[in-house]
This record gives sequence, structure tokens and C-alpha cells, in this order.
Amino acid sequence: MSMEGISTSFVMSPPAKAAAPRRSPGPRAILTAAAPFIATSVALAVDRLPSHQTTLPSHLYPLLLEITLGLSLIALLLQLALAPVRTWFAPKAPLLAAFVLLLGFWDLITLKLALMPLPYFPGPDLVIQNLVDNWRMLATCTGYSLLLLSVGFMVGASLGVFCGVLIGWSIRFRYWGMPVLKVLGPIPATALVPLALMLFPTAFISGTSLIALAVWFPVTMLTASGIANVRVSYLDVARTLGAGRVFLIFRVAIPAAMPSIFIGLFMGLGASFLTLIVAETVGVRSGLGWYLAWAQQWADYGKVYAVIVIMAFFFSGLMTLLFKLRDRVLVWQKGVIKW
Amino acid sequence: MVGATAADDLQTKASSLLVRNVSKVHVSADGTHVAALSDVSLSIAAGELVSLVGPSGCGKSTLLRLIAGLDAPSSGELRIGANPISGPSAERGLVFQDPNLFPWLTVRRNIESGLAARNVLREKRHDVDDFMRLVGLESFANAFPHQLSGGMAQRVALARALVNHPRVLLLDEPLGALDAFTRMRMQDEVLRLWQNRGTTMLLVTHDIDEAIYMSDRIVMMTPRPGRIERIIEINQPRPRQRNSSEFLELRGRILEMLHFAGENAQAPNR
Repeated sequence: MSMEGISTSFVMSPPAKAAAPRRSPGPRAILTAAAPFIATSVALAVDRLPSHQTTLPSHLYPLLLEITLGLSLIALLLQLALAPVRTWFAPKAPLLAAFVLLLGFWDLITLKLALMPLPYFPGPDLVIQNLVDNWRMLATCTGYSLLLLSVGFMVGASLGVFCGVLIGWSIRFRYWGMPVLKVLGPIPATALVPLALMLFPTAFISGTSLIALAVWFPVTMLTASGIANVRVSYLDVARTLGAGRVFLIFRVAIPAAMPSIFIGLFMGLGASFLTLIVAETVGVRSGLGWYLAWAQQWADYGKVYAVIVIMAFFFSGLMTLLFKLRDRVLVWQKGVIKW
Repeated sequence: MVGATAADDLQTKASSLLVRNVSKVHVSADGTHVAALSDVSLSIAAGELVSLVGPSGCGKSTLLRLIAGLDAPSSGELRIGANPISGPSAERGLVFQDPNLFPWLTVRRNIESGLAARNVLREKRHDVDDFMRLVGLESFANAFPHQLSGGMAQRVALARALVNHPRVLLLDEPLGALDAFTRMRMQDEVLRLWQNRGTTMLLVTHDIDEAIYMSDRIVMMTPRPGRIERIIEINQPRPRQRNSSEFLELRGRILEMLHFAGENAQAPNR
């Protein structure tokens, strides 16, 4: 599991001096403000080119671009008129423009120039069409995935924190627990799919336990290390304040280990995504992973990309949620370390 | 800073301390035994302010940890009042050089943690306000420790220890990390707290001026093995003048005893 997501949150930093507000915008600022509008115009122009691939005519993609064009024009005019809008919008403008340009480039190399082979690389029109046509199915699958993932994650995270505290706090649990952790932990949860399918009565339970296992390992590891590395002087101070064991564990050790616990939770969340998709593909006959495998079997790549788009939003949404939780719980770290 | 009435409310009973023939041997990782304290005996009256002075390795902090109950002596006995010391307790508050505030709690919650640790927060929550006023931190109630200056953080640490009304307050170089000016101001603050509350205080310090300025008695210790070399009584009335001739004379004598006076230095008025 990668740890890259942990130190860098999803904060977009504005490129160069885009955010510096001035009374009358300079040429650079105007260009930044106009970037989304220009990019959308380019994408629309590409869309107007004659198509080299024969697919069903879709009006959704051009319609979407036209709406974007209108919105970006309004945004441009507002920015020229009002400095606060410019300050607010300027950091986002280059990213938005790049995203629309990317859509246009995709359109160009698929439909317009036919550089990419069909059916593996459909154009944006087909994917968007699929997103809209199958939204009910996709929403149902997202719901199933969310249920499986959240139950598995909650169980794994709770067990992980519980085991981690025991192993980190008590020498006896460390002696017996560490070897188990070191041997069982590194096994990819996905390798245990056959075992899980055999052991548990329903696919939902086996999927949940696989995800829980995948989450449990990093959370246990990082919790144990966080608890074991709590500054001794915090515990000493608490003892001289009259603290008993319960206070030492719950009010000193666990809060002090929270930064480490959150690293474990982030790693566990990443592992849970992977395990979710595998579990849904091979055992559980529902959810986004199942939809992906099913669409692929029918060589319906429009659906494949549609479900990947949903996954992107689904997973990054959950990550963002965990970041928000971290920001709340570890608010005291603000100013101490850079996130 | 505080009226006499507020201070009276915070008055607690002080206890005497008795250290009798205490030795402490540290066993290091490679198995060698190091005598940190050797046959130390010391008696401190209730309400007294005593300093422990000596070079690094003389066992001052070890002695403080033994009295706090964080470590057990290898031999000898320690008593608070009539009771033997068998472990840490809220009746013996401890303040370190590093304030060791819990970084995840605000100033107010840090001070409350003394009460929370004893499960008496609900009944005694109103005490916290008194102690925040006592150390002059009312306006920082919701700040986090990393937002405080060194002096402010140490005041919070003092308030956190004092909110439990300890019978003995142990101070392990509490002002050691502060700059000279803040330190002198804090010395006055600690003295004020001591005079208002009448707690027994045992202060470990490197700073001879601090020891003379503050204490009733100075216990001088020598290293390897740590033992008490001499105890000096200071009978000067408070507030003491840092530049009075008596102060400087005493300072010269102590430096000489510690062999830090300089090659050809003569103790004045000997």
C-alpha cells in the first residue's frame, strides 16, 4: 500500500502568482480567468470535426460541452467584473481548463482520428452516454460496494485499533501477538479468497472478512507502534497526576498515538479498495467490481470506463472523508506539522 | 496578581518528606551497575522550599523520581508525612524541565487533566478557573500547547500539577529551558505560588542564583556516586535582593565549594 496520500492532502495549490488580486486584472490574470472558456471552445471545435469511427450518434457529450461553455463564459465575465470572484476562482481555473482539454484530446484521438482501436477505447461520448443510461444500475452497485466496504472497514479498523493497543501496551500481548502479526499480516487478503469463500456461509460475510483482514493488518501495526512509542514523560506526568491504567491508556496513550493510528487507517483504506474489487469480482455477485468484470465479459467498454469513472469518485470521496475526519481529530497538530 | 481571598481557597495541607539511607543502582543495557544515589538521607519540613544543586550525574533527578514514586529505590526508605512512598500519587506533583503538556489538549483541558486523572473533574471543575487565573492564563484557555511560549507552557504545567492540591510539589529544573529574563520572572511566580499555597517544594536546579534566590535550604550533591555533600541554610528574608552583598557572598561560597569559582578566586569575607 502506498503512503503517498498521507502526507499530502487534497489541497490544490495555485500555480505561480495566479491568486494575487489586483484592482484591474493584468493580461496574465485575464488569461487565467479565460482559460476554462478557451479550453471548452477548443474541445467543442474538436467535437465538430468529422468522425472517423461509426458509433451511435450521441448528443450528450456536445450538450455537456455547450453547458460548460456557457458556465465558463459567465465565470469569465464575473471574474472581470468582481475581484473577489477572481480570487476565489483563479486557483481552480487552470485545473478546470486542463480537464476539459483532456476530454477534447480524448475525443480527438478516438472518434475523430481513430488512433485507438475499438472496442477497447471508446470516445468520451459513449462513456458519458453509458453513465447516464445506466445510472440506476451504477447507483445500486455503488450502494452494494459501499455497504460491503464500510462494514469491512469498520470491523477491520476497530479490531486493528483494539489489537494494536493491546500489543503496543502490554509486553505479554506483544510477545504473543507480534509473531502472529508478522506472519499473517503480509499475506495479501486477496490470496485468502478461496479460504474465505469456503469458511463463511455467505459471499457477503466472506467479502466483509477479507476487507476487514486487509484493513486490520496496517491499522494494528501502526497503532501498536504508535502506542509503544508514546513519550514516557507523558505517562510519567499522568501518573504523578494520579492517573490509573484506564486513564493512561485511553486519555494519554491513544490520543498520543492518534497520528500513527491515522496513517494505519489510510493504508487500511487503500488496501480495502483493492480487496473490495477483487472480492466483488470473484465471490460477491454485486457491486462495482462485479459490474466491471461483467461489462468486460461483454466487451462493453463504454460501461467499463463508466464504472471506472464512478470508482474514481467513490474511492477519492471516501479518502477525502477520512482526511476530513483526520483534520477534525488531529486539529491540535495544525501548525506543528505540515500535512 | 491574585487577591488574598482567592489564594486562601487554594490553600492545601503541606507534608513533610523523609529520605533515609536511600541508594539507587541503575543497571544499564550491557549489564553494568551504576550507583546513581548512595546512602542519601534528607529531611524536609512541611511547607519548606528546598533546592537540590549539583553537577550533572549527581542523582538530583533520580532522587526526585524516587520521591515522585516513578522509580523504586534499591535500598532505604522514603516517607511523605508518616506514610511510606510506594508509587506515584497526586499528592506529589511533578513538573519537568519540558512542560510535557499533552499536545492534543487545550490549555484548559490540560489543567483539567489533573482532575480527570483522579475522576473528580465533575465535582471540581470550577477549581480550574481559579488555577488559570492563578497563573495568569485565562485568555489562553482554548489555545493548544504549541501556540504557547516556553514560559506560558511552564505556567500551564505548574497549574496542572497544582490543581490536584499536592502536599509536595517536585520541580525538576522547571525553569531550565527558559531565557534569563523569563526565568527570573518565573522564579517570582513560583515563589508567589509557594507563599500563597504553603506547599512543600523540592526544586532541582543547575542555577545557583535561582537556588539562593528561592530556597530555605540548598542541598548540594556530588556525582559518582550521587550523594549529599552539604546542606546550606539561607536565612535571608524574602523578597531577596539578587545584588545584595549577602547574596553575592553566599554565591561566592557555593561556587567555591563546587570548585567553579575560578583558579585564583578568594571567597569574599571568609
